[in-house]
Amino acid sequence: MIDTTAASIDFSIIAPEIALLAAAFIILVSVYNKKMRNLAPVIATAGLLVSLLIAIEQMGNPKTGFFGMVTCDDFTVVFKILFVISSLLILMFGRRYFVSKNIDRPEFYALLCISTMGMMVMASTTDLVVIFLGLEIMSVPLYVMAGMDKRSLESNEAGIKYLIMGAFASGFLLMGIAFIFGSSGTTDLRRIAADFQFIGENYQLYFNAGAVLTLVGFAFKVAAVPFHSWVPDVYQGAPTPVTAFFSVGPKAAGFAALLRIFNFGFEDMEFISDIFWMLAVLTMTVGNILALRQGNIKRMLAYSSIAHAGYILVAFAVGGSAAMSAAVFYLFAYGLFNLGSFAIITQLEIRSGCKSELSELSGLSKAHPYLSAALTVFMLALAGFPPTVGFIGKFYLFTAAIDGGFIWLTIIGVLNSFISVYYYLRVVKVSFLEKFEGTFVPVKYTPAMMAVLLITLAGTLGLGIFPEKLLEISRAAIFAFL
Amino acid sequence: MFEQLFPILLLFVVAAVLAGVLISLSIFIGRRTKLGKKGQPYECGIDPEGTTREPFPVKFYMVAILFILFDIEVIFLYPWAVISKELGMFGFIEMLVFVLILLVGYFYILGRGALKWD
Repeated sequence: MIDTTAASIDFSIIAPEIALLAAAFIILVSVYNKKMRNLAPVIATAGLLVSLLIAIEQMGNPKTGFFGMVTCDDFTVVFKILFVISSLLILMFGRRYFVSKNIDRPEFYALLCISTMGMMVMASTTDLVVIFLGLEIMSVPLYVMAGMDKRSLESNEAGIKYLIMGAFASGFLLMGIAFIFGSSGTTDLRRIAADFQFIGENYQLYFNAGAVLTLVGFAFKVAAVPFHSWVPDVYQGAPTPVTAFFSVGPKAAGFAALLRIFNFGFEDMEFISDIFWMLAVLTMTVGNILALRQGNIKRMLAYSSIAHAGYILVAFAVGGSAAMSAAVFYLFAYGLFNLGSFAIITQLEIRSGCKSELSELSGLSKAHPYLSAALTVFMLALAGFPPTVGFIGKFYLFTAAIDGGFIWLTIIGVLNSFISVYYYLRVVKVSFLEKFEGTFVPVKYTPAMMAVLLITLAGTLGLGIFPEKLLEISRAAIFAFL
Repeated sequence: MFEQLFPILLLFVVAAVLAGVLISLSIFIGRRTKLGKKGQPYECGIDPEGTTREPFPVKFYMVAILFILFDIEVIFLYPWAVISKELGMFGFIEMLVFVLILLVGYFYILGRGALKWD
């Protein structure tokens, strides 16, 4: 058990965060020097790598510090690793895109570091106030990043829309935290979990209201239906590497916070499972059905990301350690193949300056056989075909749901997977079966882009065949606080 | 309960009646003109000229928003100042870190030329 009384100021607990913050500060101050300014991606990469190494070092050594406000257990570390890896991949394939669009500015790399730091803060605490703080540190850079392409109307729209919806969601979350504090007298989830019986008997109404409002706040962040309305526009309007960033890190951070709150703090709350049940069904179904009619790949991937959030919410409805480790596994898997498909779209946009319409993919297999082969693998993974990690992830999720007795939820989930096959395979069909139009532009792979594609491909296929290690890690994450 | 809150209820009633009487008096007795001076934004003073929707330099906005940012962050110094003696060295170092973070932001906006007027 973690020592909850430790009041020490122990900076080794937040060393990964400090590394990222230092990198961001160096980048911000380096605007004075032209040479330093061009080094921004290198500095950010160095910061992220240092942070990753420190985070790995923290594994298996749970600590609490800062008056019990910061907790660093295996759950935290696993999520930290997920955040840093996704940011690193974005950094690797983002640069070329920004240069080609003439929006490459050092600020982006600083914002990326700060946002990643916010996600880490969100995952590394059991205190509601610190979770909120992390959420804001994460979100504010995201708003700026969405509107980064300032000459593009769509990007501006994405930035403003995300800002307004994000502020709205924060309002709900803060109101929820206020209600919870009012009924329990504390914002520490450990103390709420200990006093749960007492709070439930005396202040049930306020506490439940607080829990539901908190859930609504996070439902905005993880894009659960009916709080998803901002997702398609923001995903389509933001620069593609930024969209890729949105769809992995912040989502995983939102789920990490939800996991802590609803499976650790409010574990004994009964009605919340029903709410998650409804959210999961709505999110899966609406996301998949709306994705069917999208002609723009980024928009389609936005709806698909809503649908995937629905699959993960299934685990929340089920509860228990098996389902939760399946959710962590799924977050990792989804991050891999989603980043892979976004990397390919980015590469295509750099190549032809296209607007990522589906029709622009026609004849891709003739022009770029390797790229379209990789795209096929990622689409199969998104649809959940073996031998990709997408299949394994869904398999663990639905097995856990059946073991928990949620037969109907599983049936709805599997039906939704069938629906999703149509629109994922349509991408493959367009790129392989339709005639190539337009002029042939040779693809220039940068080494970084090549590396991203190879890493995501190797992860998608390799973890699909040998998933034990990742499963072990996600189990370790959940057992850290169960 | 009712007796305690009766004065407040009375206050509401008086406010509603007074407002109603004043508005209805001006509706029934007052003259109404919709043209001429009545249509202008200010009834006295210099007549406004041109449109108000003119572009103005973004510099004003930059300075204003930066002022508000630093203004709000300086507020955090006050609670620290009140208990700085009890916090001692620990509080002092924490505040130094905070000010250092502010300084990074300050140097950033200086480097970006956000405060240059010309």
